Amino acid sequence: MTEGLVTEVAIIGGGIVGACAALELRGMGLRVVLLERDRCGSRSSGVNFGGVRRQGRALALLPLAQRSHQLWGSLRERIGSDGEYLRSGHLKIARSDADMASLEAYRERSRDFDLGLQMLGREALRQRCPWLGDAAVGGSLCPDDGHANPRLVSPAIARAAQAAGAEVREQSPVVEFGHDGQHFHLRCSTGLTVRSTHLLNCAGAWSGAIAAAFGEPVPLTGEHPAMLVTEPLPRFMDLSLGVEGGGIYGRQAPRGNCVLGGGRGFGIDPLRARSTPEVLMLAMRQAIELLPPLRHAQIIRSWSGTEGYLPDHLPVIGPSGTTPGLLHGFGFCGEGFQTGHGVGAVLAELVRDGVSSTPIAPFSITRYASPPIASETRGDFAHP
Amino acid sequence: MPPVIIGAGPAGVRAVQTLVAHGQRPVLIDEALRAGGQIYRQAPPGFLRGRRALYGFEAGRAEALHRTMDRLRTQVDYWRGTLVWSVHGDTVHLLREGRTAQVRHAGLIVATGATDRVLPFLGWTLPGVYTLGAAQVALKFQGCAIGARVVLAGTGPLLYLVAHQYVRAGAQVAAVLDSASRADQIAALPALLRAPAVLAKGLCYRASLLARGVKVHQGARLVRAEADAAGQCVAALHWRDADGEHRIDCDAIGFGYALRSETQLADLLGCEFKFDPLQRAHLPVRDSTGRTSVRGIYLAGDGAAVRGADAAELAGELAALALLADRGVSVDRERIEALERLLAAQTRLREGLERAFPFPEDWAALAPDDLVLCRCEEITVGQLRQAARETGADELNRAKALCRVGMGRCQGRYCGAAAAEVLAHAVGVPVSQVGRIRSQAPIKPVPFAMASIAAEEASP
Repeated sequence: MTEGLVTEVAIIGGGIVGACAALELRGMGLRVVLLERDRCGSRSSGVNFGGVRRQGRALALLPLAQRSHQLWGSLRERIGSDGEYLRSGHLKIARSDADMASLEAYRERSRDFDLGLQMLGREALRQRCPWLGDAAVGGSLCPDDGHANPRLVSPAIARAAQAAGAEVREQSPVVEFGHDGQHFHLRCSTGLTVRSTHLLNCAGAWSGAIAAAFGEPVPLTGEHPAMLVTEPLPRFMDLSLGVEGGGIYGRQAPRGNCVLGGGRGFGIDPLRARSTPEVLMLAMRQAIELLPPLRHAQIIRSWSGTEGYLPDHLPVIGPSGTTPGLLHGFGFCGEGFQTGHGVGAVLAELVRDGVSSTPIAPFSITRYASPPIASETRGDFAHP
Repeated sequence: MPPVIIGAGPAGVRAVQTLVAHGQRPVLIDEALRAGGQIYRQAPPGFLRGRRALYGFEAGRAEALHRTMDRLRTQVDYWRGTLVWSVHGDTVHLLREGRTAQVRHAGLIVATGATDRVLPFLGWTLPGVYTLGAAQVALKFQGCAIGARVVLAGTGPLLYLVAHQYVRAGAQVAAVLDSASRADQIAALPALLRAPAVLAKGLCYRASLLARGVKVHQGARLVRAEADAAGQCVAALHWRDADGEHRIDCDAIGFGYALRSETQLADLLGCEFKFDPLQRAHLPVRDSTGRTSVRGIYLAGDGAAVRGADAAELAGELAALALLADRGVSVDRERIEALERLLAAQTRLREGLERAFPFPEDWAALAPDDLVLCRCEEITVGQLRQAARETGADELNRAKALCRVGMGRCQGRYCGAAAAEVLAHAVGVPVSQVGRIRSQAPIKPVPFAMASIAAEEASP
């Protein structure tokens, strides 16, 4: 006999966005079914770099990033674990005067958002971070940004949602979607069927197929940020790092391992990705220029994941343009780990109230309904 | 582009020989400085122990293999002392003396061998505790024993071989503790009688231990290694059998429970894997000649499935013939069939040996919570059990993500098999159902500095 569930909200995707939405919706007392193809938090939400930063985000995303920042601050209360979340500070490194000018300009543009950015010149940077190489000539420090361990945080959110009463079904890929004018009808490959009044499309890099099934295709592409990690090292890197204009990014986990990212890996198949030896070598070369203490350290593992990217480098968040009750939250272009918490809260508000208290107009899927508008694109190596 | 062989053990050397005999100039890559693999590892130049002392009954085979390689030296591009740290597409990524290089292949034979299957016991991380393989390497490569009073434990043919080699070399073996029961070995007799030479060797090892007064205990379970007063070294081993708990003084322990295949390269190459109940491990799928699911990739020797050195020589030749045939080179079909038959017999023999030295299925159930399972990350059996219980992790990569088991320097090469056993037991499923730790480059740790030094021209 096949099992059938009836619920108010069905969520496809047990990553950070879907799980946060489920947790918020349970807090509002709504009934939720969360459907995850594999294991909750096992894809990009669980294997990303682990940057939790606002600095450097597009201005349109900063209200959402600020809302997420508040939610990260109460992580332990919300999910029962700190997930190794540290407000270590995030330093965006300048390698030239032009980089420095660009960081200054960002500080000006983002002044309304209270990020507390501090500009560090060459001398100040040497004093603050004696472990940085000569390639770094300055930087912009956001003291309250930081990093966390995605492989702990993301599964824990789904467990918290489950503990709060969400019906979480793992290893349940949705193979059929439909809407009869009032209800959504979903069928999983396991035979499970779900009927709901709302449907949240939080399927990460795989969300495009769901949007297309409801008549609103988007130019979503999957890309594979390449990561590597060192053996545990004595603590030296007390900030999370990025580089203005792209390049590598890095952090040192509490255990002492340095996690570094940079460049793109490749997709092994539609579900799995891996770094390439060439990309690893390039990231290693860049790493020792920026972080000379790593020169004699060893790399013990590399990996990658699949992140959904959109051409204007902004996500899709908000109501469908075709189907009442359908809400999207995907396409975070490698930046979903930090913002995912706020997105989950926004999606829950949209279900309950029909409106979001955080501005999301720039992220409407309807921007792809007509020919796409050219907008600022960012470097290939924009980091999480 | 040349055919490339990774590993210069019995399988790799026979593959090279076969390719050369068919007019090819293969590339051979090996981590060691001298050919022979682990089993026929050569002592550094200038060491005086003879082959007979080093290899015992196997001296003839070892010498033949070394001689073959010596003879082929000018007909093969031989990268010695070279680590393959990754493979991607048709490119093999190398690290030698701190410098990187790449070799492209037209057909790749992976013959990377095996390491000990480690089932930890309390105190196994103390100085003085080695795997059986390491105990053997000390003797073969450095001409020294791991201690003055050694206990050898675990199970498998290697247990008795190492014990025999140790007593022959004049080391004091305080005891041999075999987890297999006498009943297991009696039950395996009919299968082993089909291979009288192997059985005779086994009996001879036993006789030589008996003659020198070395006690062999069957059905033994290791309880804990006891440290000396300073906590610096192992001082005794506590173990248990049907008669109760025992304690034996020792200053070194060698242990291992048969071998496990080194399959990371096959994984990186995208080969399909399947659980093999006999080897109790997920192994790359291959046909009778060693062809994998990936075109142009072949496996031979213990790295494909543990069948021992004699089988590895056959498999190396067979994989090379398959590679040649796939490249359109004319090969002797009758030889292929003969090798397939010989290899099938070796596989049946392996079934007998697995029967004689069965996996101790009660190990996971008996493992205490405070036992260190993953020594790189110091993760205990209890922590893995807790992750399974509290997070529902029922698959090895998920458990790794949640509790760090297998996340350290060895990337699960040493703890993966034991972790799978503990997880399967904790979840209450067969070990075949908890998956295997996914391989990622680098397959062994590599230094950042290698990226800043210009790559070597691709010549050995």
